[in-house]
Amino acid sequence: MSAAAPDAAAGGTLAGYNFAYLDEDTKRMIRRALLKAVAVPGHQVPFGSREMPLPYGWGTGGIQVTASVIGPDDTLKVIDQGADDTTNAVSIRRFFARVAGVRTTERASEATIIQTRHRIPETKLREGQILVYQVPMPEPLFRLEPRVAETRRLHALADYGLMHVKLYEDIARQGEVTISYNYPVMVNGRYLMSPSPIPAFDNPKMDRMPALQLFGAGREKRIYAVPPYTSVRSLDFEDHPFKPPRPAAACALCGSRDSYLDEVVTDDRGGRRFLCSDTDHCAGRRAER
Amino acid sequence: MAYVAVKGGERAIGNAHAWLDEARRGDPALPALSVRQIEEQLSLAVDRVMAEGACYDRPLAALAIKQARGDLIEAAFLLRAYRTTLPRFGASTPLDTGAMRVRRRVSATYKDLPGGQVLGPTFDYTHRLLDFALAAEEDAPPPQPVPEAPADGAAAPRVTGLLAQEGLMAAEPASDAEPGDLTREPLEIPADRPLRLQALARGDEGFLLGLGYSTQRGYGNAHPFVGELRMGEVAMEIAPPELGFPVEIGDIVVTECQMVNQFAGSRHEPPQFTRGYGLVFGQGERKAMAMALVDRALRARELGEEAGAPAQDEEFVLYHCDNVEATGFVEHLKLPHYVDFQSELEKLRAIRAAADTRQEAAE
Amino acid sequence: MSDDAPILDASGLHLRFGAVPALDGVALRVWPGEVVAILGESGSGKTSLLRVLSGALAPDAGGVLYRDASGAVLPVLGMGEAALRRLVRTEWGFVHQNPRDGLRLGVSAGGNVGERLMAVGARHYGGIRAAAAEWLRRVEIDPARMDDLPRDFSGGMQQRLQIARTLVTEPRLVFMDEPTGGLDVSVQARLLDLIRALVADLGLAVLLVTHDIAVARLLAHRLVVMRRGRVVEHGLTDRVLDDPQHEYTQLLVSSVLAA
Repeated sequence: MSAAAPDAAAGGTLAGYNFAYLDEDTKRMIRRALLKAVAVPGHQVPFGSREMPLPYGWGTGGIQVTASVIGPDDTLKVIDQGADDTTNAVSIRRFFARVAGVRTTERASEATIIQTRHRIPETKLREGQILVYQVPMPEPLFRLEPRVAETRRLHALADYGLMHVKLYEDIARQGEVTISYNYPVMVNGRYLMSPSPIPAFDNPKMDRMPALQLFGAGREKRIYAVPPYTSVRSLDFEDHPFKPPRPAAACALCGSRDSYLDEVVTDDRGGRRFLCSDTDHCAGRRAER
Repeated sequence: MAYVAVKGGERAIGNAHAWLDEARRGDPALPALSVRQIEEQLSLAVDRVMAEGACYDRPLAALAIKQARGDLIEAAFLLRAYRTTLPRFGASTPLDTGAMRVRRRVSATYKDLPGGQVLGPTFDYTHRLLDFALAAEEDAPPPQPVPEAPADGAAAPRVTGLLAQEGLMAAEPASDAEPGDLTREPLEIPADRPLRLQALARGDEGFLLGLGYSTQRGYGNAHPFVGELRMGEVAMEIAPPELGFPVEIGDIVVTECQMVNQFAGSRHEPPQFTRGYGLVFGQGERKAMAMALVDRALRARELGEEAGAPAQDEEFVLYHCDNVEATGFVEHLKLPHYVDFQSELEKLRAIRAAADTRQEAAE
Repeated sequence: MSDDAPILDASGLHLRFGAVPALDGVALRVWPGEVVAILGESGSGKTSLLRVLSGALAPDAGGVLYRDASGAVLPVLGMGEAALRRLVRTEWGFVHQNPRDGLRLGVSAGGNVGERLMAVGARHYGGIRAAAAEWLRRVEIDPARMDDLPRDFSGGMQQRLQIARTLVTEPRLVFMDEPTGGLDVSVQARLLDLIRALVADLGLAVLLVTHDIAVARLLAHRLVVMRRGRVVEHGLTDRVLDDPQHEYTQLLVSSVLAA
């Protein structure tokens, strides 16, 4: 985490704003929350989320986390749905280019910070990289118990019966757990955590990831973290173990059989193609052929 | 490679913004709205944006309304985002609304009272007939100036004060404690009354209106009377530590509503009147009154009352009353969610396939 | 029943609601494996007593001590929420008068019974299901209804499900609040027989609140009679009911219609 550049004079940043938009006090406040979060993996730390120039729901939490850890020497990648050119990823990348003047990239292997919405890159991440997740609802139990005052108590008491019962009910009714994204995980054997709305397919990547994983929920005002090499286990039963779904097909562009695929409808007669959701991964594979 | 992944997100955004600018300007043959016109002639919209933007600055609010094409929640958001960037010097001393230069002041609890009932500029007794004279493009002759009643704050004592003299009004606990600051710290439940009022003061008028309405219809035990509704200028003072005494830095217009409610008493308290309080920037009676109703409803638990109605549910009310948060989350559903939807599709297909297999095996 | 020390020991309990004394110097002890019934009419303070003893309500004065499985003596009212919740999940049980208060109506019968097992770490789906089936059988619910929602059960069946859900972790002390209230007489009788058998099988200590002398006579070893916040009489059930000493107890006993 580099120190912030002094002012607008540094590297083409927006005049009148501090480096990366947030003032230093706010960054300090967020970093303190991040430190607490890293010290207690999976535990949600409340923080004084600020109003940002993007609406709540558009990634203000992720943006505040990135803005607090980014320095002039960082290289930033921003993806949404796995792609660099989805509208909001473009918008956020532009925001940081304007307010921080940092180098940006589409290559996950070259980035030092990757801000993401709803996917983990297919490229294996390294020590020293930071993955910043945009989180809409940080509370893994919220659909079972909407009251924050109550879920806070459940976490303190490690009382996750509600979630286990939900998994049990799914298996009893449907023969399998029906959660397909935002699949709850147990972090470091202690805290139940929402991995953010990534597909269950991506969950295994979180376990003992060498990179630092930070999670920002701006509207709900919570930050949490998974330090490198931490155990992250998707909830399951011994006799119904968690199995990430297998891709339905091969990517029509690069032939990959083990990356997450977007289904694209090509006509109204049921025609469809499957393409890698991770555009960087797909482009890399195509370049190698 | 017939199919090429859609690129050009950047270009799309640029084009969209250009079109937005065009739409905002509208028919170029017409004169552009000035910020001053909005400030003067759409002043209630400006007041609402200041209240929900949580920032008292009429020209800025008017500019936000112009930029937002009249979308008041979008305008409030603009103001909030701007507000975040402003340096904070400190907090004012508590406003003395008792010393307000009253423009409007009514009470439903007394026919007449010291200070009088001052109607002020209100729609209350208008007949809601569209006035087509206002549609005329040329300037209509300006309305006749109305002689102003002498504004005299000292002669308008609080209605709740009158009741308190008789010992019938529950006293508010006095405190010099620093109230929490929602712009700096996240809301924690349970929230004390200062924090609740803070959240309500910037809360969405429509949401609070609906909740307040529900309390009148039986969802919650309110028997409210407007003890007092007053609107006018109050002096704003700060007390810099270097000086050691307060100095006036200007004045602002606020609307204050005190609702007087029945109270049956509890195992510790005799029956008396209790208060619901609403305070809002500018002229915002509907909001101040709704806020007062909801404030009282949220006090149910601390007054030992049954608290099962939506307006009495602290977490429900406070977590959902901020329209900038609400619109962000509701509208974010427009953002791409196809990765998760893909997962749902595949999960559903898998479950159906498994069920079909089981069915066939059984047959 | 063979231990010397009581499993629950309450003394000097005082509680007022305004001017009304709900508990006026109440002391009570329960020994492991015994069933104690608190008998009284509405307004006697029996429900307040149950709530204080189970840590749900703080008295104005007095204390409650619980001796746990390891022999440690814990103050019920001072142990903190985490410890109390752990106790409620493992060594204690609570049967509510209205089964809807003690069940998750949107969760299947099997899920209701399995929940406490999962809460204490059970992670084998088949094992949880087998245990749930076994317990449903024990409370005379057809295990084939395991995946049905209790919403669709009769009142008696819901109550039996609540009992299964409570007993699945084999608690040492169970609090019961009018467990047969609101049920038809024949359903009551069946339920009481079931409770009596289970209590004997598991060697449970039970603290039971009721206004119904017949329930007390059928289930309880000892009886505590309450009136206006005070214990007016206590002793072995048969002795108290066959030879009541206090005039209030005599009144209660004599006003029961002959069966």
